[in-house]
Amino acid sequence: MKANNSLSNIHAIMKREMAGYFGSPVAYVFLVIFLMLVGFFTFYISNFFEMGQADLQGFFQWHPWIFLFLIPAVAMRLWAEERRMGTIELLLTFPITIWEVILGKFLAGWLFIGVGLALTFPMVITVGYLGNPDLGAIFCSYLGSLLMAGAFLSVGAMTSSLTRSQVVAFIIAIVICLFFILAGFAPVTNVLSGWAPAWLVNMVSKMSFLSHFMSIQRGVLDLRDAVYYLSVIFFMLFVNGVVILNRRTS
Amino acid sequence: MIEVKSLTKRFGNKTAVDDVSFTVEKGEILGFLGPNAAGKSTTMRMITGFIPPTAGTAVIGGNDIRTAAIAARRLIGYLPENAPVYPDMTVTAYLDFCAQIRGFSGQERKARIEETIEKCFLRDVRHQAIATLSKGFRQRVCFAQSILHDPPCLILDEPTDGLDPNQKHEVRQMIRRMSADKAIILSTHILEEMETVCDRAIIIARGRIVADDTPARLKTRSAVHGAVSLTLKKGDPDNFIARVKTLPGVAGAQILSREGDNWRARVFPEANDAPILQRILSTLSEGEAETSAIFVEQGRLDEVFRSITT
Ligand SMILES: Nc1ncnc2c1ncn2[C@@H]1O[C@H](COP(=O)(O)OP(=O)(O)OP(=O)(O)O)[C@@H](O)[C@H]1O
Ligand SMILES: [Mg+2]
Repeated sequence: MKANNSLSNIHAIMKREMAGYFGSPVAYVFLVIFLMLVGFFTFYISNFFEMGQADLQGFFQWHPWIFLFLIPAVAMRLWAEERRMGTIELLLTFPITIWEVILGKFLAGWLFIGVGLALTFPMVITVGYLGNPDLGAIFCSYLGSLLMAGAFLSVGAMTSSLTRSQVVAFIIAIVICLFFILAGFAPVTNVLSGWAPAWLVNMVSKMSFLSHFMSIQRGVLDLRDAVYYLSVIFFMLFVNGVVILNRRTS
Repeated sequence: MIEVKSLTKRFGNKTAVDDVSFTVEKGEILGFLGPNAAGKSTTMRMITGFIPPTAGTAVIGGNDIRTAAIAARRLIGYLPENAPVYPDMTVTAYLDFCAQIRGFSGQERKARIEETIEKCFLRDVRHQAIATLSKGFRQRVCFAQSILHDPPCLILDEPTDGLDPNQKHEVRQMIRRMSADKAIILSTHILEEMETVCDRAIIIARGRIVADDTPARLKTRSAVHGAVSLTLKKGDPDNFIARVKTLPGVAGAQILSREGDNWRARVFPEANDAPILQRILSTLSEGEAETSAIFVEQGRLDEVFRSITT
């Protein structure tokens, strides 16, 4: 009867975190804000209807900016709360590895964001109604957006492990995410290319969430972009683990 | 079952736990005593694997916490100080989470949870959110979590803290009942609790073990151990003291208090087993004082505690 395996442990952690999300009104507020922001940017700023195009580029192009503020909010409680309440002491003395806990928490946050993304499906219905969209491309964009969200989330999870204060975790996450976004933003790369060697400009812009999202928002999911986001996730969660292992108390 | 070997923890240049070694066998309840900041919680945190030791190690049922951490943790049930629990969960959901982490599934998981809820008197609050529970009930929920998987080693950091007298009694009973097949370490500031529950006590001060003995033997270290205390009426106290002091085997005598006709005196023996009681009684029968109480002191733990930790 004893199923002492990693999957069951990760599942237990995930289930608890999901219950934490949906057990509080904050989750619903978050989802509503997300949907409202997405709608506002797509319809009013991108002028979705006037564009006369049956694709969702005007919808996906805003995701990095919306994620910038909303995902650190999703991530901030993951570890900071455990520290503040002292429950981290029990969590780390359970017979499970730190990596199972990290993965469980991360996947819960990712799933939650996935739910948010899934709730934007009326967008797809709208373009389907307006024209004849490439559903495969839309699916790729969704997948890419989810991957990018994962990268944002891993940054937030990492900063959350640094402190017992959710607010501090939130702010540091935004700063780091902003760096990741701006690294590929044209004004920044232009400034940089004025004096920096080409390889540096190239490297910095390759670090960017934005430049890897360019083709994704048009519906092309390049393997390299996927690998990039996954490596960011992997790296951030690794740092997350190192932080937890080195700063268990306080 | 639990072997602690030279555990040491330094925070910066402050040594919180300094070369602590002891073993606890199955069937034994070890009381962990010491003033605030002595290093009790830090020791327990190292044994349970929450913080890594600076030096030394602990071996739980053959599993070294440094090299076989998960196997060691599987054998431990832990109640941390201040009983941390997730406020947003209900009692049942929380225990379900812990049971899953402990590797139980299906019917067995349900049965474990039910059993633990019964044992810890949580039935009335089982569907209540932990945030809305009183402090004592939160403590009980966390205690429930520690015994859920019937672990061979129990590590309890102030398990009765915040409980009412009835619950204190219940928890002590429960710990004693469970002790037959478990190795238990508990820390406490209540000396009387240590005396009634523990088979053995370790007193720790400034990170070091300063005493490791049974509660009964610890008491014999008390200055008043073996002394005869008397409560008397009328008669001449000073004369009584003078006479008693000349008795063989008596090291000293003093008057503790006088109130009108009533007075209290204490007579100290030269050695713990000196037969002074009989001689005092005959001295009393010669005088005109009325005896209202007389007893041989067992020794006082608080006094022993104070003398070895300061
Ligand atoms: N994370 C930490 N960083 C720095 N110092 C610490 C840390 N944890 C504990 N200490 C110090 O270690 C010492 C021992 O603390 P500990 O919590 O083990 O005491 P205790 O015996 O449990 O006391 P109490 O009876 O008050 O619970 C204290 O001086 C404390 O300040
Ligand atoms: Mg303590």
